[in-house]
Amino acid sequence: METLSFEFPAGQPPRGRALVGCVGSGDLEVLIEPGLAGRLTINVQTSVNGSEQRWQHLFARMFDGTTPPAMSIDIHDFGATPGVVRLRLEQGFEEIGHD
Amino acid sequence: MTDSAALLNKHSFVELGARQRAKALLDAGSFRELLDPFQRVMSPWLERQGVVPQADDGVVIAKGSLDGLPVVIAAIEGAFQGGSLGEVGGAKIAGALELAAEDNRKGIATRAILLLETGGVRLQEANLGLAAIADIHAAIVDLQQYQPVVGVVAGSVGCFGGMSIAAGLCSYLLVTQEARLGLNGPQVIEQEAGIEEYDSRDRPFIWSLTGGEQRFASGLVDRYVADDVAQIRDQVGELLQQGLPPQPRSQRAEWFLQRLAGLETGPQIEPSMVRDLYQGERS
Repeated sequence: METLSFEFPAGQPPRGRALVGCVGSGDLEVLIEPGLAGRLTINVQTSVNGSEQRWQHLFARMFDGTTPPAMSIDIHDFGATPGVVRLRLEQGFEEIGHD
Repeated sequence: MTDSAALLNKHSFVELGARQRAKALLDAGSFRELLDPFQRVMSPWLERQGVVPQADDGVVIAKGSLDGLPVVIAAIEGAFQGGSLGEVGGAKIAGALELAAEDNRKGIATRAILLLETGGVRLQEANLGLAAIADIHAAIVDLQQYQPVVGVVAGSVGCFGGMSIAAGLCSYLLVTQEARLGLNGPQVIEQEAGIEEYDSRDRPFIWSLTGGEQRFASGLVDRYVADDVAQIRDQVGELLQQGLPPQPRSQRAEWFLQRLAGLETGPQIEPSMVRDLYQGERS
């Protein structure tokens, strides 16, 4: 198991919070809460060791050319593939939109 | 011919996660979660053993109402660590049941619903999990003096280990065809008794002995329901309306022991033998 931290520039915090997914095989749990203005912080606990570069690329690609809301994101990952991670994050971003 | 309209309109309960199941049973808008995942009351033991924890420790506790009756629901997430119960998740369920009994002593008739998908104790938390499960057993017995505790085993994990005893203590038990209920799980029995006696990969064999239909036919559970949200909700509501059973199954231990004493253990036990043993021979 590894614990990783990432930070990206961001806009204003969102109003709502969201929980999506589950720490089940090939899945992950994503908790999204409003963060400090200007900063998007992500903490990842993952069962897969040596995957820091993959997470870094995945997030960088997702936020490339956009200014995401200022969120504090906690991820508990149980071996999700990058595709599943991206789907879960997009699901979470959609849910903080509607409260 | 497949009836596609019926398939599209069917809402599976088994496919729902623990939180969605609790929401599906409660009256619309009445769901209120206690110790929600954002409070991050997580297992302090998993991380130290290199296992990724979950924010709610795999247990959802919710208060609300079902057909207007006050209820507390404890739902176990079977996808997280096989629904295993550790210190935190176990304490959440025991605490919820103890508070429900407290409610009743104060004149609020809170009933309890347990959504059980669990292999039993979480081995990484050993005695702490076992102690929590013992607390759950005691709390079920206490609450049952006042109001019914309804257990639901929908599948697909089933209910095993110490939590199968919790299921046995419930005032009423409801299962689907997908459910399994047993003290030891198939792999444990195979390991102990040998593959010749119990092949855990033989799914029809496993379900024929521990599956929901067999448990219902043997009189060990009270309702056998299709995997459908509306039907499960209706049946749970009916059981809550019924109030306490005249005699809880847990107080019929003598009767069950007498029947077991008459069992011949030499030959391989067939599902029909178990049905006959508990229900009497039927033509």
